[in-house]
Amino acid sequence: MRWFWIDRFESFEPRERAVATKCVSAAEDHLHDHFPGFPIMPTSLMIEGMAQTAGILVGEARNFEEKVILAKVKRAVFHALARPGDTLRYEAVMEQLTESAATTAGKITVGDDLIGEVDVVFSHIDQNMSGLEFPEENFVFTDAFISLLNTFRQHSGERVAL
Amino acid sequence: MPDYSSDEVFEKVKQTLIDALSVEDDEVTNEATLTGDLGAESIDFLDIVFRLEKQFDIKIPQEELFSREVLSNPDYVDDRKLNETGIKALEEAMPHVDLTEFKQDPDIDKLSDVFTVETIVKFIESKLSAAAS
Repeated sequence: MRWFWIDRFESFEPRERAVATKCVSAAEDHLHDHFPGFPIMPTSLMIEGMAQTAGILVGEARNFEEKVILAKVKRAVFHALARPGDTLRYEAVMEQLTESAATTAGKITVGDDLIGEVDVVFSHIDQNMSGLEFPEENFVFTDAFISLLNTFRQHSGERVAL
Repeated sequence: MPDYSSDEVFEKVKQTLIDALSVEDDEVTNEATLTGDLGAESIDFLDIVFRLEKQFDIKIPQEELFSREVLSNPDYVDDRKLNETGIKALEEAMPHVDLTEFKQDPDIDKLSDVFTVETIVKFIESKLSAAAS
């Protein structure tokens, strides 16, 4: 299993706002443990989905050169359950961005319904943890991630004909 | 730039800390230390700085509120304690902090104890008056 909790970007306005979607499917194993006979998308994984949407927005603002780490979930409020068949829409808005960190405000919707609100603080760890050493390579935005991103960028949403 | 009285600054700082650290209203007194009494971790300082910037519409460079540069300078630190030159540099870098107690045992691991609610209030007041002039 790969740790991807968003399927695609619907829109991306650099340094401002990003919207990503995630289709919840009954084929996902974890839903059957959460809960047996009553599969619902765990809210912790919706926080992760928002962190990935917002984290890529923050990373792109520095050309993916910083190691962007989720530092703190400022606020996470959920209003409704998400179930198989739902398409989650994560909308992240950049609130503050500095050399060392960033904050984002986010809304999760299914159709017209507001499912949750998740506000996050990110740290550019190389700028914050003075005295601590981190590996030089970017283990957040890895080469594999950048290459996946480039593939999608090149086809930017068009359908690829067979 | 709106004019804030000391009480207003305190109230806004207090609300910021209640929101950022999920602490109770009566825990946020002038003397309360951020790490010891209110349970702030280093990552919370980032959050607090962002919230204060938004709350007061000012810019707060991280180095100004909490100078890590002094602590990571090997010339200032002997055996995890700040030497005299280091203390002088720290006083210059962070004039809003009362270092009287810290100077008795300048262990760099204890520096976060000097951060009280009052320190933050004083710091904000100095930023607001600098912005106004």
